[in-house]
Amino acid sequence: MTRPLTPDNQALARSNWTWQDGLLILAIVALIFGIVKTAAQFSGSYNDQFQAQVSLSVLPSYTAQTLLRMVAAYLLSLIFTLIYAYIAYYSKTASRVLIPLLDILQSIPVLSIAPGVVLALIGLFPGQRIGVELASILLIFTSMTWNMTFSFYQSLSSIPRELREAAQVYRLSLWQRFWTLELPSGVIGLVWNSVMAWAGGWFTLIVIESLTVGDKNFTLPGLGSFLGAAANHGNLEMIGWGLADLIGLIILIDFFLWRPLIAWAEKFKFESVETQNAPESFVLDFLRRSPTLRVLHERVWQPLSTGLARGLSRTSHQDPLAFNPDRNSSLGQWIGWLFTSGLAIVVLWGTWEAVLLLRHLGWSDWQAVMTGAVLTALRVFISLILSLVWTVPVGVAIGRNPRLAQVLQPIVQIAASVPATALFPVLLLFLIHLAGGRQLASIILMMLGTMWYILFNVIAGAQAIPAELFEAAVVYKLPPIERWRTLILPGIFPYLITGIITAVGGAWNASIVSEYIQFQNQTINNPGLGSIITQASAKGQYPLLLAATVVLSILVVLTNRLIWRPLYRIAEEKYQLLV
Amino acid sequence: MVLAKTAKQRLITLEGVNKSYEQPNGQQITILESIDLELRTGEIVALLGPSGSGKSTLMRMIAGLIAPTKGKVLYHNRPLIGLNPGVAIVFQSFALYPWLTVLENVELGLKAKGVLPDVRRQKALQMIDVIGLDGFENAYPKELSGGMRQRVGFARALAVEPELLCMDEPFSALDVLTAENLRYELLDLWLEHKIPTRAVLIVTHGIEEAVILADRIIVLGRNPGRIRADLPVTLSHYRDRKSPSFQALVDQVYKILTNPELEEIEPSTPVFSVSEPEPPKAKYQSLPAVRIGSIAGFLEILEDRQGDLYRLAQELQLEVDDILPIIEAAQLLDLAHIREGDINLTETGKEFIVSGIDERKQIIKERMLNHIRLVQQICTLLHSKRNNRITEELILDILESYFSAQEAQKQLQTAIDWGRYAELFSYDEPSGEIFLEQVDIPEPAAV
Repeated sequence: MTRPLTPDNQALARSNWTWQDGLLILAIVALIFGIVKTAAQFSGSYNDQFQAQVSLSVLPSYTAQTLLRMVAAYLLSLIFTLIYAYIAYYSKTASRVLIPLLDILQSIPVLSIAPGVVLALIGLFPGQRIGVELASILLIFTSMTWNMTFSFYQSLSSIPRELREAAQVYRLSLWQRFWTLELPSGVIGLVWNSVMAWAGGWFTLIVIESLTVGDKNFTLPGLGSFLGAAANHGNLEMIGWGLADLIGLIILIDFFLWRPLIAWAEKFKFESVETQNAPESFVLDFLRRSPTLRVLHERVWQPLSTGLARGLSRTSHQDPLAFNPDRNSSLGQWIGWLFTSGLAIVVLWGTWEAVLLLRHLGWSDWQAVMTGAVLTALRVFISLILSLVWTVPVGVAIGRNPRLAQVLQPIVQIAASVPATALFPVLLLFLIHLAGGRQLASIILMMLGTMWYILFNVIAGAQAIPAELFEAAVVYKLPPIERWRTLILPGIFPYLITGIITAVGGAWNASIVSEYIQFQNQTINNPGLGSIITQASAKGQYPLLLAATVVLSILVVLTNRLIWRPLYRIAEEKYQLLV
Repeated sequence: MVLAKTAKQRLITLEGVNKSYEQPNGQQITILESIDLELRTGEIVALLGPSGSGKSTLMRMIAGLIAPTKGKVLYHNRPLIGLNPGVAIVFQSFALYPWLTVLENVELGLKAKGVLPDVRRQKALQMIDVIGLDGFENAYPKELSGGMRQRVGFARALAVEPELLCMDEPFSALDVLTAENLRYELLDLWLEHKIPTRAVLIVTHGIEEAVILADRIIVLGRNPGRIRADLPVTLSHYRDRKSPSFQALVDQVYKILTNPELEEIEPSTPVFSVSEPEPPKAKYQSLPAVRIGSIAGFLEILEDRQGDLYRLAQELQLEVDDILPIIEAAQLLDLAHIREGDINLTETGKEFIVSGIDERKQIIKERMLNHIRLVQQICTLLHSKRNNRITEELILDILESYFSAQEAQKQLQTAIDWGRYAELFSYDEPSGEIFLEQVDIPEPAAV
């Protein structure tokens, strides 16, 4: 009656190892060695006179250390995401606080919390390098995690009801439910947002590998500090090598990590129809067909996970109602209560401290902050307009022309993947000698961080307009202006808004690093909120830092709430193409 | 042939069960009201009712997924706390995990029980074999057809050897032939005792499906849901759709489903004046979500084929859920009437059929202003405002005292749709405002 599972059993019996398997094992060994070797450098005492060297010989070691920082920050973000989103999902009370809080946290620039984080960790590990390293990892973490958390929470909340009920009826334990239902539902969102998170991480990393807090300069050996030092020396050759290294690294990660993950994540789509143009990855196919991995999976991983699940299900089987995602369950209520009270204490204490700090500020300080806010907002606005002016026509042209898209899309993707902060020094080398170059520099630097998002979305939007609508425009002989007004602009509108929302967020962030720059013994200071935050952070003027950060946060959250979200809603409701 | 199972035991008992939800505005919406029900071993029971009768909710209470607001659910004569340990569910949308293979999906319940891997696999494979899925153990759900997917759903449910197998419209997402095939296969398994299940509860809106499968049919009414009839089916399996006794039973169920609704719909005091309708006192009728176009189409067909409702539905190949709302709407608008399961056109209905588009609009307009409270209310409000505009939230607020938020939205949408058809008022979707067309725009059907 029962028959053996043919493909499975044969695969286990067959052990014809190929050279690919050898390669795979060697790769694993090399990877572990690399991690251990690099991590060993993070311990020991910190030399505060450290200056990044600018020579080819240090580049591999610097790259490895930078990469390790990124990986550590990413793992931290992942763990944070799972816990935070999970709590918000299981407790309605907690979600009322946690989800809006994400919005606020997202709007706080890294440099504003840098002094606090760095000083606290140095206090914890006085004179040790690990303190500075941990600080840098924490700062990178803050630029990675929010989007991921939000995405995972949304995935959890949108799990189809019957799938949840099936998990309940078949009595999956909390642990099993997480692995069979909740995590798989979030995989697609997590993978895509991880890609975004890494982009944000690179942006921050380049800035914070060389950081001035109070009167001290903290520099860590890495790609960011390398690029900064090379630009300071005006060493074009080394800048070239550093950038090539960075871009190469980003492309490699994309090829070996994100492409396979994106292709793999297809499996977790809720749609029950097979997609036509599913993403594919060469690396993923290689791994899927490798007998080594299959044996590891069946002989080690499966027994291990089964044992663990059985052990856990035995301990947690008594009270099935406790895991009821009916959000009024006892567990949820308990977590919610704990969270609300804990948070209330933190918020009250924080507000009290903040008020104490802000008392030190005089009228002139507030005036400076307000003027700064206006100036920065103006710069964000100008850079947005400039970005739109070139990306919309170009994006539509690319989107409407498949041949052009094929050639240009990879190039655009690579260009976009280079963190704007890495390009700052290069651009400055040229701009600083131009008349008016200093004002221009800030705006161009902002644009570097913003225009790609818009371009991407415009291309996608133009591609999504059905060909029939264009044919109709031709048949009814619409003149070009009419065509743009009635077809193209409304057609790309939802995409455009999505792009703009991301772009403006990026522009605010970029203002922090683009308004006050010390470069080759010169200081570029374009007054604005970013400039205030950078200087206050470097000089240790904490009341001013707090005031500027609060104003910036409020500005970002308010524009999101009052301008972008309503626009987005209109885009969704009115301009959604019915295809 | 009645099933020769051992002495019938009481498996599930519901005593005075109520379910109501609290609206955000504090209003209580009752889904189910005073349900007394007994499920015994050895029988297939069908829960039959129109949409909105709370039949799925009732099934979920028996499964322990939802707790009743009032009353008791007993399992083996003991109060049920939390999930029902003897129940497995087959879902309407299959609810398979797309990232697990067929085998892994079937093993799911056993895995959660902590069954050892080897035993588990053995059992799952056996069930896969019984249900006719062998060869597909390693396939992912997306590779399977709808019918095969629901087989996986059955195998998963049966693998945990439930005492009571609950099915939530298990065949309604399948095409007609696949559904019929699966129904009979399920019946085979049940009649030949190939599965350890001791009772089956099937939620359905198909009258014929209920009559083919069930030993007992529980007919539910709606607003709020309550048991309207408990019909034993004594026909022997496998039942012949063409036999007079089968048809008589189907007819009887049709009568039960259509008749009593009539009493509720009739407004107590008809309102005659158009400009100043009396403020409504009783509750709003529930408008079925049907387009006027569908009603018109139905009336056209009815012109040649008045009479037996069951035969009409069969001829049109429509399920109860498709046809009941149309009938209800036609009755609400006084275009057709039902007596004893027979449907006939009213005088207005006959007039409607022979009219042109503008006259039809006029007929609908008059009917609505005379009979439909919600439309009357909207018109009154529009006329009383100086700018002749009201927001939809205003109407929704009123409706939410009587309907759930979702249902209120549906009611409003239907009212807007009908109002637009009759050119009573207009609606601007982006701003969510209902308004009167300005007078200087010439109205084609102005009288």
